[in-house]
Amino acid sequence: METTSDRLLWMYRTMVEIREYEETMAKVYLEGKLPPKIQKGLAFDIGAGPAPGEMHLAAGQEPVAVGVCAHLRKEDTVVGAHRSHHFAIAKGVPLNAMTAEMFGKVTGLGRGKGGHMHLFDPEHKFSCSGIVGAGAPQACGAALAARKLGKDWVAIAFFGEGAANQGAFHEALNLAALWQLPVVFVCEDNKYGISVEKGDSTAIASNADRAAGYGMPGVLVEKNDALAVFEAAGVAIDRARRGEGPTLIEVKTDRYYGHFQGDPETYRPKGEVKELREHDPIPALGGVLRAQGLLDDARDAELRDAIKAKVQAAFEFARQSPYPDVAEAHQHVFAD
Amino acid sequence: MTTQHKSRTLTMAQAISEAIGQEMERDERVFVMGEDVGKYGGIFSATTGLYERFGKERIMDTPISETAFMGAAIGAAAEGLRPIAELMFVDFFGVCFDQIYNHLAKNTYMAGGNIKLPAVVMTGIGGGYNDAAQHSQCLYASFAHMPGMKVVVPSNAYDAKGLMVEAIRDDNPVVYCYHKGIMGLSWMSYFEGSTNEVPEEAYAIPFGKARVVREGTDVTIVTLSQMVQKAVLAADLLANEGISAEIIDLRTIVPLDTETVLASVAKTGRLLVADEDYLHFGLSGEIAALVAEHLDSIRLHAPVRRLAVNAVPIPFSRPLEQHVIPQVDGIVAAVKAQLATPIGL
Repeated sequence: METTSDRLLWMYRTMVEIREYEETMAKVYLEGKLPPKIQKGLAFDIGAGPAPGEMHLAAGQEPVAVGVCAHLRKEDTVVGAHRSHHFAIAKGVPLNAMTAEMFGKVTGLGRGKGGHMHLFDPEHKFSCSGIVGAGAPQACGAALAARKLGKDWVAIAFFGEGAANQGAFHEALNLAALWQLPVVFVCEDNKYGISVEKGDSTAIASNADRAAGYGMPGVLVEKNDALAVFEAAGVAIDRARRGEGPTLIEVKTDRYYGHFQGDPETYRPKGEVKELREHDPIPALGGVLRAQGLLDDARDAELRDAIKAKVQAAFEFARQSPYPDVAEAHQHVFAD
Repeated sequence: MTTQHKSRTLTMAQAISEAIGQEMERDERVFVMGEDVGKYGGIFSATTGLYERFGKERIMDTPISETAFMGAAIGAAAEGLRPIAELMFVDFFGVCFDQIYNHLAKNTYMAGGNIKLPAVVMTGIGGGYNDAAQHSQCLYASFAHMPGMKVVVPSNAYDAKGLMVEAIRDDNPVVYCYHKGIMGLSWMSYFEGSTNEVPEEAYAIPFGKARVVREGTDVTIVTLSQMVQKAVLAADLLANEGISAEIIDLRTIVPLDTETVLASVAKTGRLLVADEDYLHFGLSGEIAALVAEHLDSIRLHAPVRRLAVNAVPIPFSRPLEQHVIPQVDGIVAAVKAQLATPIGL
């Protein structure tokens, strides 16, 4: 990604890919989980279907992933949380192995033993965790390693606004600032911690203000906009790469789906999602590209067709892949 | 000129810091993080002298933020470094256990073996010096209960060095538990048997190999950590009465040397487990179950007995603490009771 236009196009394409992925998963996830194919009396069966278990989708939150990852190199580390497909895709994690992992197949990133909240791709230096707030200290460790190895690599910790009330978040911020680690903390404020609104969980309006308590810059990105995130993240990542220490960024973003698929979303005002979708960041960036002559209808259609095919191929790969042999359950507790 | 392999008498604390120092010289990826590990040299002296040799970039004092530095150890280990993170007292695992058992212990598995986390969590365990319920526990069985962590519990300086070298070189998370009452500190009475001859050069003791501390024929005492030293004193007293006790020092509980335990019990026909951790759902029950599962090849002459901390927090008051933690006289009495209680029916 040498030029700005390359990066803009990459961000657009990647957002389209993330959206396509999440919408496909939303459909596939429901396979086998609804009546009449499930136990009588149930409305939904979480453990059924090709992609069983919890499923947290990130449609709407694409700007955060692409705005940050557009600045990253393969050697930079990304640590995500439970809702991390967008980060994984933006960091270059291969769709086939990622999807197979969510299907519990042996061809998955973790040979089917992690699932969608626990994606590990050491080649692309990506990991995530189902424990809220847990990634921030681990990103500090990656950043510490970069410094010890004499590299200008950076580490990104992505987490939701709910995580900013975890002790791990505060301990990590203090450690990062104390040791001036090349880490950027990126908080996605999608307004809800499962069902609890930010105002009902957090004493201050902007988590970016909390940065001041740790002597690091805090930046609030008020729009769910890829270019705004790109700009803020660029400053923070350059700063980290230069060895000038950490930054905390909070982005106000939008969650189009429930906390997890199957979430009745009774806590959400009627029509909220419809309203949010009217400010979809993907056509917004598309408009910018069109204005610059980087995109037109034909190119957009071509790009979307290619992405659709890529995502379909990943799901097909996952479907066709075998499950691990049960003997594998006893392997990999320890490294060889 | 011939090369001489020298050994000296070292305390367990000296042996541990020597092992860490030698491994840090050998491998620049090794570093230490923790509270007071730097200028202070570790509250229990496990890192004494290392800050002066290696400086603050490799012997890193941390804030009192166990979650932050345990997490940082995971992040650094995933990048190929070999951190040693000291959790000052094992009792503090409560403030950082998510990083330990949900991440350090599970990430390799959830990654299908695609990542390695070569980190050592080094921690002080044990009571007997009136530090009460939040600073006196052993808890090694709690780590061993959950998959993904190797658990090392040395009883003496020689083993402590070799096991620390092995822990640092291992590609997996290792929880290394040193009992404060055998470190040989100048400010806490200790069991002198733990201070012994230690070679100068680095050497590794493989995990999963128990040590027969003393051979015997009448009873097998399976034990570990400081309790090994108590068992040795008890065995001396028993020998005076013509009772021959075999002592097995487990040294590591993950992996567990089941072979040595079973062979010894098959020979003596009696099993006493002497443990300073909690009695229920723990190490002593695990060893008893192991033997029970092999009664097709073992003939017991007496019911299995277990000595451990029986369902109470560690009390502060000296007589109470001495009462709940198994002592030398308790081991002697338990063995005698076993010899007097043959299998019924």
